[in-house]
Amino acid sequence: MAQAAIELVGINKSFGAVRANRDINLEVARGTIHGIVGENGAGKSTLMSILYGFYQADSGEIRVGGKPVSINTSNDAIALGIGMVHQHFMLVDNFTVLENIILGAENDALLKSSIAKARSELERLEREYGLEVDPDAVIEELPVGLQQRVEILKALYRGAEILILDEPTGVLTPAEADHLFRILKQLKDQGKTIVLITHKLREIMAITDTVSVMRQGTMVATRVTKETTVGELAELMVGRRVLLRVEKGQSEAGAVKLSVKNLTVKDSRGVTMVDNVSFDVRGGEIVGIAGVAGNGQSELLEAISGIRQAVSGEVMLDGKPIDLTGKADPGELRDRGLAHVPEDRHHVGLVLAFEENENSILGYHDDERYLKGPFLNIDAIMADAKEKIEKYDIRPANPRLKTANFSGGNQQKIVLAREMEQDPGVLIVGQPTRGVDVGAIEFIHKRLIAMRDQGKAVLVVSVELDEIRSLSDRILVMFAGRVVGERGPDATEGELGLLMAGVEHQEAAE
Amino acid sequence: MSTPYAKLPAWADYGLIPLINLSVAFIVAGFVVMLVGENPFRAAVILIEGAFGKGTGIAFTLFYATTFIFTGLSVAVAAHCSLFNIGTEGQAYIGGLGIALVCLSFDSVLPWWAIFPMAIVAAAAFGALWGLIPAYLQAKRGSHIVITTIMFNFIAASAMVYLLVGPLKPAGSQAPQTRNFLAGAELPKLNWVIELFGAKIRSAPLNICFLLALVMAFLVWLLIWRTRLGYEMRTYGHSPKAARYAGISETRIIITAMMISGALAGMMALNPVMGDQHNVAIDFVSGAGYVGIAVALMGRLHPVGVVLAAILFGMLYQGGAELAFEMPAISRDMIVIIQGLVILFAGALEHMFRPYIQALFASVSPKSVGMQAIKGTGA
Repeated sequence: MAQAAIELVGINKSFGAVRANRDINLEVARGTIHGIVGENGAGKSTLMSILYGFYQADSGEIRVGGKPVSINTSNDAIALGIGMVHQHFMLVDNFTVLENIILGAENDALLKSSIAKARSELERLEREYGLEVDPDAVIEELPVGLQQRVEILKALYRGAEILILDEPTGVLTPAEADHLFRILKQLKDQGKTIVLITHKLREIMAITDTVSVMRQGTMVATRVTKETTVGELAELMVGRRVLLRVEKGQSEAGAVKLSVKNLTVKDSRGVTMVDNVSFDVRGGEIVGIAGVAGNGQSELLEAISGIRQAVSGEVMLDGKPIDLTGKADPGELRDRGLAHVPEDRHHVGLVLAFEENENSILGYHDDERYLKGPFLNIDAIMADAKEKIEKYDIRPANPRLKTANFSGGNQQKIVLAREMEQDPGVLIVGQPTRGVDVGAIEFIHKRLIAMRDQGKAVLVVSVELDEIRSLSDRILVMFAGRVVGERGPDATEGELGLLMAGVEHQEAAE
Repeated sequence: MSTPYAKLPAWADYGLIPLINLSVAFIVAGFVVMLVGENPFRAAVILIEGAFGKGTGIAFTLFYATTFIFTGLSVAVAAHCSLFNIGTEGQAYIGGLGIALVCLSFDSVLPWWAIFPMAIVAAAAFGALWGLIPAYLQAKRGSHIVITTIMFNFIAASAMVYLLVGPLKPAGSQAPQTRNFLAGAELPKLNWVIELFGAKIRSAPLNICFLLALVMAFLVWLLIWRTRLGYEMRTYGHSPKAARYAGISETRIIITAMMISGALAGMMALNPVMGDQHNVAIDFVSGAGYVGIAVALMGRLHPVGVVLAAILFGMLYQGGAELAFEMPAISRDMIVIIQGLVILFAGALEHMFRPYIQALFASVSPKSVGMQAIKGTGA
């Protein structure tokens, strides 16, 4: 093995009673791509924060290039040639690319020489790594993929030899992700060392040389990527075998419960987001809507759930129309048996500042069960919340805890528990497992299939193709606001991928 | 990425930080006192003794506190629905009009205990009405509540001037105020309660409105944390999108919250009008509505905090008056400066010292701040 770029020896870090990292040993060879996988809360981000100087380890040693170092601030890390590309970009939106790149490295009051230097340096980096980006473009006008490229350039400009990427593909379209991987490979070929944090096993398999698996604060295994399998990694991550493909029986589709006819929705700028979409969802089936994010799925969900105004078309719930003027009362739709798990659980599905039990009645707070006259029936609400926590294995099992303090997977379970336990006839779910770890994904998928088996109509919108394929009985593909194809559950990924990319049906069929 | 600062334990959040803010305000105020050539320590002693030293002082402090509890609660209720009600001043002023109408009509025929409930209803109703119009404009037209409520303060002031120099002024009187109410519209004093503890009171305006204020504080707590309406207000206050998703009508919740806020503001007028002055005079609110904003912020929008902050401001008013009397170099305007400093440090700059204290706590004892205690335990 080549010389180690980074060595972590016996790293420990506790937050109060929680040991986020215990006795971590890690060695990353120079000029390789090393993946770190683990569930949410396994301690990946904490470990990288220690390496980048956001936190200090309680004990243990960090060696960079063989020499023991102490990293107390991110400036120390940068000085040692460690650069980080954050999950949420640290860019100033209304600055240009150049201005962002020199941020933190401004050397003169008028910035003239800094900018000139950055410009020539940027051109060199572009040549060497194929990282093309217009240096004078304003950040907020760039697509997400290019913004991420600016983050990478920023790290390289500061002389990074070791690049840490935290969940880099979470915000990217598949094409952008592919492009990112090409760039990373190029960087590797130039001798840079890359640490890639992710929970997407597919990416690990596609791009890394070695991979380490973290579970509950410990480093459970390190493997050479070529010699391992997705199954083994998943098992190491959760400590038991997970069903990547949920087992399910044949669907027994019944009567049409939700019917969408010629639905057209425009956004606030007047751009058509949903274009003449029609489909039915029957009881006892899961219909999945696949598509690259931003092709009208969100608007479709919002229109069906009565939150967003539709321009034309109709939506029938159990044969009766839904008010599409944008003034529908979501409470009334709930009474009619329509449950909705929104895509954005942080701002829509939950009130993060609320206690867990308060969120477990959101939208159903009009229900007599939770009320005593005008007062909240606190006892009933707490009992109900505890029951759901038990049934959906929400952790920590504390209904008084602030919702913001739950992990993403558990927050999603709070929403799902609330919506599913109302025994709705129709369940519409946006991004059921976004930001959710493997163990919770399996649980959520099983729940959705159980809903189907009880004869409910389930509509799932997801940008995760695997999820759509594994859950759906029928798959609709949306592109540019239209449904461009319908496929069965056995459709191949390539076939769906072409449809998602807007390639005509005929070509896709070939 | 997690935030570098963690939550503070409750005692630090609700006790230590306000105390530090307050101390800084007093230290800066001390420099101001020094600038005008007085001894700041003697000034502090006079201020505190003036407010709490004698029975009369305590009674006055609590009388002012009563006023601020009402306005503080008013601001707090609206703030829970993320509405910044700057119009408490005007709503209280108009509330006084409601009281005047009730008292002037019935004070010759009914005893106080019959008039008081009617006056409460009238004060609340008039205040609520004055809150309703900006609320409607916000909900239906999107006119920003901060702007409209400020403007409504001016409208209220002008309308009251018109009424108090015209229709409501007794013929022949030269004072811009209503006639003095008869005994039927005078509220019982509470000074005997303080006298029970052995203190002597010459004459002070503390009256049963203080008890009403405490009852309202309890009811506000009940409303915000124990009723469906409060739940809906808080949901909207934290996230309008979540409220929309949950089927909470934006129009209804904004209007309801502002009317409750306005009603509490209107009830503030009971204290000076029926408890002390026994008439409605020009500018009787005299800034209590604006003080309510500081009281609500300093009380962290919690009724208990509001009551405590109101007592603090009552102390500043009463002790400040004593100070101006004892130290001629310190004018009334100086007192306003000191009050302003408290508002500045405890209200506007509430979070100035928070990061440092959090960092201190985190470095001394990470356990106490429960740093990321949740991370890593979840699924």
